[in-house]
Amino acid sequence: MSDSQGPLWEVFVQKKAGQPFVHCGSLHAFDKEMALQNARDLYTRRNEGMALWVVPSSAITASSPEDMGSFFEPANDKVYRHPTFYQIPDAIGHM
Amino acid sequence: MTQKEALFQYCLRLGDNALILGHRLSEWCSRAPFIEEDLALTNMSLDMIGRAQALLKYAAEVEGSGKTEDDLAYRRPEPKYFNHLITEQPNGDFAHTIARQLYISTFEYYFYSDLEKSKDKTLAAIASKAIKEVKYHLQHAADWTIRLGDGTEESRNRMQKAISDLWMWSGELFEMDEVENSLLKDGIAVDLIPIKALWSNHIKQVLTEATLNMPEEDYMQTGSRKGIHTENLGHILSEMQYLQRAYPDAKW
Repeated sequence: MSDSQGPLWEVFVQKKAGQPFVHCGSLHAFDKEMALQNARDLYTRRNEGMALWVVPSSAITASSPEDMGSFFEPANDKVYRHPTFYQIPDAIGHM
Repeated sequence: MTQKEALFQYCLRLGDNALILGHRLSEWCSRAPFIEEDLALTNMSLDMIGRAQALLKYAAEVEGSGKTEDDLAYRRPEPKYFNHLITEQPNGDFAHTIARQLYISTFEYYFYSDLEKSKDKTLAAIASKAIKEVKYHLQHAADWTIRLGDGTEESRNRMQKAISDLWMWSGELFEMDEVENSLLKDGIAVDLIPIKALWSNHIKQVLTEATLNMPEEDYMQTGSRKGIHTENLGHILSEMQYLQRAYPDAKW
């Protein structure tokens, strides 16, 4: 997608080192440097993160709503895929 | 002039630069070309106003007459302001705002890098906080100068016009008088002579990359060291100081 404001980019913020990058929104920019600067101004000005990724929205391949049934429903009735039958020691913490 | 008076004046000048440019940038709020840029410019404005607060607070402390940073910001008339004339120049089109920022941020980059080594501990601390912000401001201004200069015919013409229009206000950045000279002796102030060469080199480098022409040495405007301003400052102050003048000591 492109218009007078430049192409669209998706922004991912990492809160702390070691944590996953989380998608937080999108923005317009003409090039990658500008995308990174805009991301910094839009999404981290209240101390939200330590690191940023910007990805051209056009580079993202998304699943489509029509595929929802075949993609996700088969997972619904297979409880045995969840490792809920194990005791997880407290020391492991967030998994 | 005593050393105390010189230090007060020095802090006032630095604080006023930050305050007036911060106000100018805040005028872009809701008016920038697009929302990302709106936030970028107002973020910078907040950096400037934060720096102004720290510097004017220290100025008030040095003066020692019981004033606060708010008294200094909101209760002085134009001739008692000592900001560089370039900071009060109107935003103009986006290119003018970027050119103004390029000139000032390049200056501030070298200035605050040096002020970090000041023997005055408070000024050194303010400088080391400011330099992180200034690096970003400079990157932003340089990137835009290059993007617009090396862009379309329209953007190139506008960027070149802005660079040329604002040139005559750049000479004042490097003026030194008895305030600087007496503080320089004590290792407190920054020597602006070497800064000027660094500034010119960097501006030239950015303009070359932007395919723009560096303006030639010409008549430079002056006045702010003596409190002489362009007509712009009066309009800024009438807006900025309105509340404090209409409702002195208002609290909420």
